[in-house]
Amino acid sequence: MLLRFLRTLLLVLLAVPTAGAAETLQDILQRHADEVADPGRRTVGPVIEDLVASGLPGVPSFLTAWSAREVVQRPGDGLFFVAEETGDDRLTLRDVATGEALATDVPEDTVEEVRPNGGVRRVIGTALVQFQLADPDPEVRRDAVQALSRSLEPDQIAPLERSIPGESDPALKARKEQLLAYLQARYGATTEARVAALDSLAGDLSVETRAVLNQVLDTEFRIAETPPEGPRVARVLTPGEDISREEAHAAIVEAGRAAAGPTPGEVKAALEANIAGGRVGGVPVAQLSSEAARARAYAALAEAGTVPPLVSPAQIEAALERHSFFEEYTETDAEVIAAAARALASTEVNVGLNQGLDLGLDALSLASIYFLAAIGLAITFGVMGVINMAHGEFIMMGAYTGYVVQLVIPDYTLSLVVALPLAFAVTFGAGVALERLVIRWLYHRPLETLLATFGVSIMLQQLAKNIFGTQARPLTAPGWLDGSLVVNDIVSISYIRIAIFVMALIFLAVLLVVLNRTRLGLEVRAVTQNPGMAASMGIDPDRINMLTFGLGSGIAGIAGVAIGLYAKVTSEMGQDYIVQSFMTVVVGGVGNVWGTLAGAGLIGIFQKSVEWLNPSNTLAAQTYMVLFIVLFIQIRPRGIVALRGRAAEA
Amino acid sequence: MSVAAMPSRPVRKRLLEANPSVAWFLAILALFCLGVTALAEATGTGALSTSMIKTLGKTLCLCLVALAMDVVWGYQGILSLGHMAFFGLGGYAIGMWLMYARTEIIVAESLAEAAIPPTPAEIEDAIATQIFGVVGSDQFPAIWAFADSLVLQLAMVVAVPGLLALVFGWLAFRSRVTGVYLSILTQAMTLALSLYLFQNDSGLRGNNGLSGLQNLPGLDAVDQATVSIAFFYASAAALAAGYLLFAWVTSGKMGSVIRAIRDDEARVRFLGYHVESYKLFVFTLTAVVAGIAGALYYPQAGIINPAELAPIASIYLAVWVAIGGRGRLYGAVIGAAFVSLLSSWFTGGGAPDVDLGVYTIRWTDWWLVLLGVSFVLTTLYAPKGLGGLIDVIEARRARRRVGDYGPDKGALRREEGPPQ
Amino acid sequence: MTRHRSFFAAPGVALAAAVAAPAAAQDADCPVKVGVLHSLSGTMAISETTLKDTMEMLIDLQNDEGGVLGCEIEPVVVDPASDWPLFAEKARELLTVHEVDVIFGTWTSVSRKSVLPVLEELNGLMFYPVQYEGEESSKNVFYTGAAPNQQAIPAVDYFLEELGVEKFALLGTDYVYPRTTNNILQSYLQEQGIPEEDIFVNYTPFGHSDWSTIVSDVRELAADGSFVGVVSTINGDANVGFYKELAAQGVDAADIPVVAFSVGEEELSGFDTSNLVGHLAAWNYFQSADTEANEEWVAAWKARMGEDRVTNDPMEAHYIGFNMWVNAVEEAGTTDVDAVREAMWGQEFPNLTGGTAVMQPNHHLTKPVLIGDITEDGQFDIISQTEEVPGDAWTDFLPDSAVLVSDWQELGCGMYNTATESCVQIESNY
Repeated sequence: MLLRFLRTLLLVLLAVPTAGAAETLQDILQRHADEVADPGRRTVGPVIEDLVASGLPGVPSFLTAWSAREVVQRPGDGLFFVAEETGDDRLTLRDVATGEALATDVPEDTVEEVRPNGGVRRVIGTALVQFQLADPDPEVRRDAVQALSRSLEPDQIAPLERSIPGESDPALKARKEQLLAYLQARYGATTEARVAALDSLAGDLSVETRAVLNQVLDTEFRIAETPPEGPRVARVLTPGEDISREEAHAAIVEAGRAAAGPTPGEVKAALEANIAGGRVGGVPVAQLSSEAARARAYAALAEAGTVPPLVSPAQIEAALERHSFFEEYTETDAEVIAAAARALASTEVNVGLNQGLDLGLDALSLASIYFLAAIGLAITFGVMGVINMAHGEFIMMGAYTGYVVQLVIPDYTLSLVVALPLAFAVTFGAGVALERLVIRWLYHRPLETLLATFGVSIMLQQLAKNIFGTQARPLTAPGWLDGSLVVNDIVSISYIRIAIFVMALIFLAVLLVVLNRTRLGLEVRAVTQNPGMAASMGIDPDRINMLTFGLGSGIAGIAGVAIGLYAKVTSEMGQDYIVQSFMTVVVGGVGNVWGTLAGAGLIGIFQKSVEWLNPSNTLAAQTYMVLFIVLFIQIRPRGIVALRGRAAEA
Repeated sequence: MSVAAMPSRPVRKRLLEANPSVAWFLAILALFCLGVTALAEATGTGALSTSMIKTLGKTLCLCLVALAMDVVWGYQGILSLGHMAFFGLGGYAIGMWLMYARTEIIVAESLAEAAIPPTPAEIEDAIATQIFGVVGSDQFPAIWAFADSLVLQLAMVVAVPGLLALVFGWLAFRSRVTGVYLSILTQAMTLALSLYLFQNDSGLRGNNGLSGLQNLPGLDAVDQATVSIAFFYASAAALAAGYLLFAWVTSGKMGSVIRAIRDDEARVRFLGYHVESYKLFVFTLTAVVAGIAGALYYPQAGIINPAELAPIASIYLAVWVAIGGRGRLYGAVIGAAFVSLLSSWFTGGGAPDVDLGVYTIRWTDWWLVLLGVSFVLTTLYAPKGLGGLIDVIEARRARRRVGDYGPDKGALRREEGPPQ
Repeated sequence: MTRHRSFFAAPGVALAAAVAAPAAAQDADCPVKVGVLHSLSGTMAISETTLKDTMEMLIDLQNDEGGVLGCEIEPVVVDPASDWPLFAEKARELLTVHEVDVIFGTWTSVSRKSVLPVLEELNGLMFYPVQYEGEESSKNVFYTGAAPNQQAIPAVDYFLEELGVEKFALLGTDYVYPRTTNNILQSYLQEQGIPEEDIFVNYTPFGHSDWSTIVSDVRELAADGSFVGVVSTINGDANVGFYKELAAQGVDAADIPVVAFSVGEEELSGFDTSNLVGHLAAWNYFQSADTEANEEWVAAWKARMGEDRVTNDPMEAHYIGFNMWVNAVEEAGTTDVDAVREAMWGQEFPNLTGGTAVMQPNHHLTKPVLIGDITEDGQFDIISQTEEVPGDAWTDFLPDSAVLVSDWQELGCGMYNTATESCVQIESNY
């Protein structure tokens, strides 16, 4: 039975389509074989139209497979199949229409894969919409709605409208209604329907809605002799203000309403072409090395009629006077224009506010990253007064610890839980070792601490390179930190940044408690302010220094894991943060954790503001930030939160 | 200056007496130059390749900037992390003229064949296109206004680092920023400068920097072997002059005040000296010398770009001086020459790999680790650096001051002259 | 080693000649020295070390085939340590101290510009294997990487034609390659009818990590209903943060496609690509290219360097460049630079991606342009492959460059102004 069916099918497949016989899907595909095998966005249309028009039941499933790059072509006979991978580079070939398995265990390299590109897939997706809008599977409907949202076409209004009443999923239903509003706003049949749809869109902040409104309010540049009037005029352009005089004149010339003067290049070419006996227009060639002489020569040529005359500034002025320049809405319906403008205006203020809010969030996030990088330094430099140039390398060590842990423990959440304390432990140990071996001998020579720790820094950096290579290493965040918290289409912040922000707050709290509320903190402050006196009170300054330094370094290690999660892990990542971190501590005020917070906040906000003012050049923002810090220190040499009294001298 | 008013003979005598190293240094430098002349390609047997001559010439320039660093740090106690930025600025200043003048010749040649003579504006546009075409621009930025004049650009070599140091120093010293804060502030200045130059909008060709500087305009016929030896002599002369200048600055009364500022700034101020002026003078003077060293260095290197000004370069400068031995001029020279030559020997693959059986140490990978370790060890155990070896040879040991021999807490050394 | 024969003997004749008549009028001192000028330390080591390994492998394989002109080929490897002035110094050392016959090397444009004057002064010969911004043609350099018209322009065409992108965000690292490429693209796009205000340009420093604002800005571009595409010339490490932010903000390749010019297989091995599936890259070579020669090449590379290593576009450039050089030397019967240069013009060699690379008289190659989708395993799915495109030293899309051509064979000039019919300069701009 099955065998016979297959045989007939094969016959049908191979048969040349005869007049009268119903075309199979494969026939249609064969008719467009080249286009199916190598589709292009602009040329694929007729194929899809034919397929859809045929009304064959297998079309939707074929289109889906085609778009998912599951269709293959057999080179021998040019037939198309839906392929299914069965492992080991082997495929099962199925019939395009029925999904029947026609051949199994086919080696992958004996067929040609068909790879439609992103543009083609969009077109296919749009064609599929009508089949999928009412599909029983909500996933399919979701895909359909998404494809629909990517290309709104007038003929989709009807199928979409039909599918809404039967929609069971409330979220999808809302989405469909929204899309219908978009479609109605742009392509609605009556003015009332469009105005109603537009009114319903007022106040919506999403990029999509604003896109629809802006498309309704699309404008064109126009020139007219009479000043424009009427509701379709979007904006009148004044030459020299809204539009440059050159552009305006060029537009007049383009419209054929004025003569174009020769360009400087044409003037020069004309002069070159008219050299006669070492003179051009009576001016000796040797003198033509000045603009004035060239103008004289050209004028003489124009006088003689050999070249078109120059257009004088007065002529340009007159032409500009004579014409009006304006932008005109392409939409002709005045009511629709008014409604769309109303709707867009209602979002404008909100958009501005939200953009400000988003920038604020970014600044906050940047500040928390700076704070996190600098907080360890706030202890070692701020509280102890030790310049540790290897601080950045401790951040790097923490990040690499996270990377190594992820190599051992593949589960990202678990590895993060292990990595954070382990990074602390590793860098705590490194910090204690550094303090015992190097820094302890140099407490009275701060400048030399700077140099010695710099030596340690280049050593650690090179060691990391030798061990891990120079390639950036991945430190992948667990799945629940993927994506971002989306307030609306404008305001959003990635979870990983929120996590960093929270972590910065936790550190701040822990540090404040440790320094102000514990015995250790008391001893740390005592040793920092007066080691001799502290020692006489029974505090072991050596031990305290060691622990404090270890604590600062350990925190740098944890910061390293966090920074690695959001950016990258390389042997040079420490360098990106070290100077900034010192700036943060110095700007904030040495010896005070709150100061570091203030410093990080100030720097973060300042940098984001400059970026906002000049969005096309991020490097400039960094330059100005450093410049700002240098000047700021002039004004407040002791930082924002300055300690007073004796502690300031420590 | 009272010194200047004295008859010249006693001054020379006193300068040499106070700094016996000056005569030694000049003699050794002269010998070195003679040796190089005999072995160079252009003037001698050719045993030393042109690239080696260039390396030696560049090393002399590095020695000069190290001298400047030594004076400002070892003698005056300001750990400046900005002197390589001044060095780079000097290089940029001369580089602008070199590029402009060379391009001008090329443009003049190519436009000479045009049917009508070019206007000055056309010539300038063509030069701008040639220079800035590679970075996607064809306009001269304002800072290139003087690039056509060698004299003005030479003045910039001195003026730009000098003015920057003057303004920056005035701001910093006025608000009494000292010690590590000052170091960090100078580092911030360096960072800002290099970030600024990295931008294409800075008008100095961004990350690409200025290149082809070894080709001197109008001297195409002279081969690089000759150019290199000429620059070598110039560098040697500059180093000798710099050594004399700094030997003079650090000796006599001024030298004492400078050292006193290093050892206890507050006390000097209480004694009635205007500390800020002294600091500013030394800071600016050394910046100018650094600029001159840079102007000699980069035509030999052939290219300058913002990475040369990065903070790390200035830190390396401090490393050289520290390893050589600060607070003595020859120490800086030894340090710069020794470390930079050793560094290029190790990274150039000159050092043989060490096979440990389980692991082979390739020095290109491990040289920085070695440098880092030896640097920490020098700081901890040999604060006098390599220069300290000279003391051992001379068996003129100073009183032992283990640990606290830095330029901070009232250190005092015999070889720096008797206490005033 | 016979299995490699197919791709080393391809244009045939030369090898037979070498074996048969090693002494015939060949003026080469054995061994023939090949300089390898790639950074093995510093920031560029990440990319360049691979090329050094490639060169060593190519030389070993060629030596197994009998070397060149009957001589053993000896690699001279030096380390310019990602330090641009050091490139010039090392190049001089290679040419004067080691007296190499040819140099294969440099990666960044600034390192190439650093080496150029030395090469031109000493009449050396260098093969440059990386895609670059064009606007250059030196007598002493053969450019085996892509010029803008072999990578950037076709990629943008793909955006315009196949994806229907209406608004462009050109994001780049602030240095010469992105600057020049974006300049060319801006003027090209305007020529294609994209208004200036629909092209957003942003430059970030090397190693930039704070991408959230920039990615938000790009998403906001879609607010006027245009289909937005991103053309990325972001270089090196900064890509890690950039793609992480794209993934975090949920930028789907179907909504805002990103095409990258500096991200290849090697770079992708640095991060998890599962969120980046569907974003694009344009190159002249992908490891996934489906040809026999490529399969052999990938197998040979993996056998030598380890299973997890990948191949990339600059490696193919060296592969073609080295083989062309070997064939040119055999043809010229000498390693003399001037003779080899003449033999190089018109030299043909099969590409790993199919078709034939031909060395143009402007010292650029003909190459096919490939566009690939990023896949989950860090490779690329090739979705578009053009015919071979001849490399254009001077772009047609900048007014100052449009009139310039390079032709060393007929005109003997790398910067010839067709408007004034004169050679602007023989030496290069540096």
